[in-house]
Amino acid sequence: MIDFVKRISGVNPRKCMKCGKCTASCPAFDEMEYHPHQFVDMVENGRIDELMNSKGIYTCLSCFACVERCPRNVEPAKVIEAVRTAVIRKQDGNHLKPDAIPALLDEELPQQAITSAFRKYRK
Amino acid sequence: MAKLTYSYFPGCTLKTKGKDLDKYGRLAAQALDFELEELADWQCCGAVYPMAKDEIATRLSSVRALASAKAQSRELVTLCSACHHVIKRVNLDVQNDDEICQKVNRYLKLDTPYAGETNVLHYLEVLRDRVGFDNLKAKVVRPLTGMKIGAYYGCLLLRPGKEMGFDNPENPTIIEDFIRAIGAEPVIYARRNECCGGYCTLENKAYAQKQVDAIMDNAKAQGAEMLVTACPLCMYNLKNNAADGLEVKYFTELLAEALGVKENAE
Repeated sequence: MIDFVKRISGVNPRKCMKCGKCTASCPAFDEMEYHPHQFVDMVENGRIDELMNSKGIYTCLSCFACVERCPRNVEPAKVIEAVRTAVIRKQDGNHLKPDAIPALLDEELPQQAITSAFRKYRK
Repeated sequence: MAKLTYSYFPGCTLKTKGKDLDKYGRLAAQALDFELEELADWQCCGAVYPMAKDEIATRLSSVRALASAKAQSRELVTLCSACHHVIKRVNLDVQNDDEICQKVNRYLKLDTPYAGETNVLHYLEVLRDRVGFDNLKAKVVRPLTGMKIGAYYGCLLLRPGKEMGFDNPENPTIIEDFIRAIGAEPVIYARRNECCGGYCTLENKAYAQKQVDAIMDNAKAQGAEMLVTACPLCMYNLKNNAADGLEVKYFTELLAEALGVKENAE
């Protein structure tokens, strides 16, 4: 699974020098059990199962602040996406099901929100 | 000399909840003498860029749009921040990642293979780099004099800066320059490129509210009376998740207003 995450993310976690800039930039910091710099570290150390079970993979906003500000070009968002992708590709791994959508809608919610959430949360 | 006709990818939200962004953008284009020709049979871009390198199906609709613009020898213009982000980055993948390029081409079986030839421009880039803000300013008939407007950039137009190449991702100026060109006064505030909460509003409203409140508090403290955006999801979050927010408009609406063509909308 480590190789899978490294391959589909294209990220080499060993490039990380643990400066924590990604976590300091992350708007979802308080919403995550493991913060972006920990994500990178845990992939390097093979702790993928813990990441796969973490709710933090659904609170990454894909705002790319961590990607922008990383001085080593590690691209933490890609690691988070790879782990989430590994989860939702599993049978019954979907985080959001179509049946749940009607209750979440309101008059003004743009299609973009639903499409984004579906792409991020289910296969 | 700038090309006068562009291929145009409106995207799904601009046909539904984000109609104003599209409608005023088209009216303003007429007034500025460039044409946006909507691509035939375009498909939804998917709204989020697929970061996983082995995702192929989720890149195909972007490649179809890019290839049809290429077939017409035109640059491809987008208006929605999300569509722009996705299509621009998929185009770079086709240019720079051999495996992705080969796979999408094998899948699509196009008459001529697509290798990333199309240039993707956001509408704001057309204003800055093709029309020119000075020329825009000269065409303004109703300057929005005295209005203090904060640019809300959000994430998708700016980051990652190396790929989007839109503006300085940490200290952008393009929307401020646009605001000046239509006669108003731009208000700089720190959180103009912080995330609005995006799609997470679906599952976690409180989280989006926290993001938006911080943005609004910051913009108000710096003296903004209104915000402008180019993204329908930012628009939704800024309008619906703020405890006490400022008015928010699409930049195209103010553009059409300043050009004196807003009333032409039906």
